[in-house]
Amino acid sequence: MSEFNEPFITAWQLVAAADSRLAGIVLLSLRVSLIATLIACVAGMPVGALLAVGRFPGRRPLIVLFNGLMGLPPVVVGLLIYLLLSRAGPLGQFGLLFSPAAMVIAQAVLVTPIVAALTRQVIADEWSEYREALRSLGASRTRAAATLLWDGRFSLSTAALAGFGRAIAEVGAVMIVGGNIDGVTRVMTTTIALETSKGDLPLALALGFILIAVVLAINAVAYAVRGWAERHWG
Amino acid sequence: MNTWLDIEHLGLTEGATRIIDDASLRFGAQHTVVLGPNGAGKSTLLRLVHGLLHPTSGSLSWPRALSQAMVFQRPIMLRTTALANVLYGLKLKGHAATECEQRARQALARVGLDALAKRPARLLSGGEQQRVALARAWALEPQLLILDEPTASLDPASSREVERIIKDIAAAGARILMTTHNLGQARRIADEIVFIDRGRIVEQTAVEQFFTKPQTEAAQRFLKEESP
Repeated sequence: MSEFNEPFITAWQLVAAADSRLAGIVLLSLRVSLIATLIACVAGMPVGALLAVGRFPGRRPLIVLFNGLMGLPPVVVGLLIYLLLSRAGPLGQFGLLFSPAAMVIAQAVLVTPIVAALTRQVIADEWSEYREALRSLGASRTRAAATLLWDGRFSLSTAALAGFGRAIAEVGAVMIVGGNIDGVTRVMTTTIALETSKGDLPLALALGFILIAVVLAINAVAYAVRGWAERHWG
Repeated sequence: MNTWLDIEHLGLTEGATRIIDDASLRFGAQHTVVLGPNGAGKSTLLRLVHGLLHPTSGSLSWPRALSQAMVFQRPIMLRTTALANVLYGLKLKGHAATECEQRARQALARVGLDALAKRPARLLSGGEQQRVALARAWALEPQLLILDEPTASLDPASSREVERIIKDIAAAGARILMTTHNLGQARRIADEIVFIDRGRIVEQTAVEQFFTKPQTEAAQRFLKEESP
């Protein structure tokens, strides 16, 4: 029994001591996934809004495509970005492989379809409600899309959150393009995978706790923001 | 009477249903109220006039282009302040920022909501939201104001206030084209009644005559059923 408990105790000690190695890994994880989510929102939200509001050839296939890409396997994304960034690849000259930048790119690619597809759903609902009023006021479809993105900002935080949740929790893509290099590209998920296979359970567990705590905390904040927004803006 | 809109053989079909069926009509009265039973096609007719729907047959011809604004049964408020909701319409028309602000404030004052300008529009009561929608329309100074049952979901006090505002907008010179289920309101606002039933124009009559001596049996029946 003590053998089972021991890793937990050591894990808590690591967290409580704010172990510097642990802190570095956590901060890198947060940095990579936050930047990737930000890029995904900037790229994916306008796309999602235009898919909801626009009328152009190929719209329906694109919607199906983005919905499908929500389930992209992270390892496949990792592999594709790896090929792009590797020395012989088209973007090889930038020397980004095995850097945090490569991890950001991989996660952004992974998360953009999720943000776009969820945004499309939110904006499509709004559009059915606002459509006549906005058209009556003379809003073009592009303008309507921009208006609805702003109007739906609180609902859209859910889309951003889902994207972040996916990014911070995935392991396949960052493992391949980051290389899990100690002190450089090692993030929470890759460390958990590595340390578990090495048998160093305390560090893996400590990171597991933190990962869960981060995800819960971010969801709690988002929930609070939405509640506040409902009360203040209706 | 100056014709401001001439519709000829206008039709709108959806699948096998004729929502508007071969409607020909000259709009010339300053204030026209469209009456008819539920599902007669009143709202559809208004949307065709406003350009939100396109006819499947027939045509609308405007002797002179009129600027329009429309107010719907359910006010659509953006998640921002009452003032910004009014400003939104003005900005879309490309007015200069300072002029927008002034006109928006003026419009809110006219509907008696200047004190609530900075309040989130969606948290206002239904009646107040409808007044914001009226201010948004009024700020555009339309030559034709179209209203689709603007008081249908309001309590009597809010209804009276909305009706007062419609009359003020009319008095400022806008043509009014509206639908309502409130016959008293129709009588107070209209110069002319257009009565439609099952997508067809049944009669077009001056308001007093419509309520005292309707020309068609369908209209007589409608008045009997709708009157308290």
